[in-house]
Amino acid sequence: MKASVIVFPGSNCDRDAAVALEAATGQAPAMVWHGDSEIPASDLIVLPGGFSYGDYLRSGAMAAHSPVMREVVARARTGTPVLGICNGFQILTEAGLLPGVLMRNATLKFVCRDVLLRVERNDTAYTSRYARGEVIRFPIAHKDGSYFADDATLDRLEGEGRVAFRYCNATGEVTQAANPNGSRHNIAGIYNETGTVLGLMPHPERLADPALGGTDGANMFLSLAETLH
Amino acid sequence: MKARITITLKPGVLDPQGKAIAGALHALGFGAVGNVRQGKYIEVEVAESDPSRARAEIERMCEQLLANTIIENYAYELEAA
Repeated sequence: MKASVIVFPGSNCDRDAAVALEAATGQAPAMVWHGDSEIPASDLIVLPGGFSYGDYLRSGAMAAHSPVMREVVARARTGTPVLGICNGFQILTEAGLLPGVLMRNATLKFVCRDVLLRVERNDTAYTSRYARGEVIRFPIAHKDGSYFADDATLDRLEGEGRVAFRYCNATGEVTQAANPNGSRHNIAGIYNETGTVLGLMPHPERLADPALGGTDGANMFLSLAETLH
Repeated sequence: MKARITITLKPGVLDPQGKAIAGALHALGFGAVGNVRQGKYIEVEVAESDPSRARAEIERMCEQLLANTIIENYAYELEAA
């Protein structure tokens, strides 16, 4: 599987994503600078976490209009899987590839800790290694991660099964206490209509090696490696 | 011309920062303070002397970048720079 990682000024998880991708696929991804207008032929494009453009105006708003994003949007529209992690999720919503918006956490605090997630679907390229309803542990590290969409959009997402992950407790129950940021419906990640674009606030690449304290995140990259070869 | 653009959260969108500001004002003794909503103010100068063309430009800027119209409304005033 050939992957490309887009690097924006202020990205800080691009190397972590590259390490996790190489560990899963045996192949180092291409690192593509935001000012480039061309992306090499890729089975997967990753928008990494970080603070692109210093989060000026709104998180992800500036990066969504970077030269390279025109090509990312074009590839996504023709079916290339695009994974947006944390700031990458914010960029995907600002670019219009995913609905809704990531707002300031309800607590107004930057939250940096592991959270539990319930896997809502395992029939996508990202989740084949997980079981449906499985509870997994990923770290979060964000201040603007409260997922908001209007009622009609939420109804559509729920009706079409486009919620990828929800914040939950140890037994998989979706509770308010398990919601770290005030996201509506405890949403931690969503898919586009075709299940090929995934945006999520938690960081799979930060728990993708035993040396990091866990490997739940590695299964996302292994799923991709198996599905997109 | 110069545009003075105000960006506000739409009604019904949760505004934790506005709530925190209201709480701080109450703590300072401003007991009459009710709901507080926080927004943004942006000044943009445009090299355009025709007001209707300037308005069209400003509106495109707001729609494409300055406001996220999923959660935000925008309003503006134009003046000769």
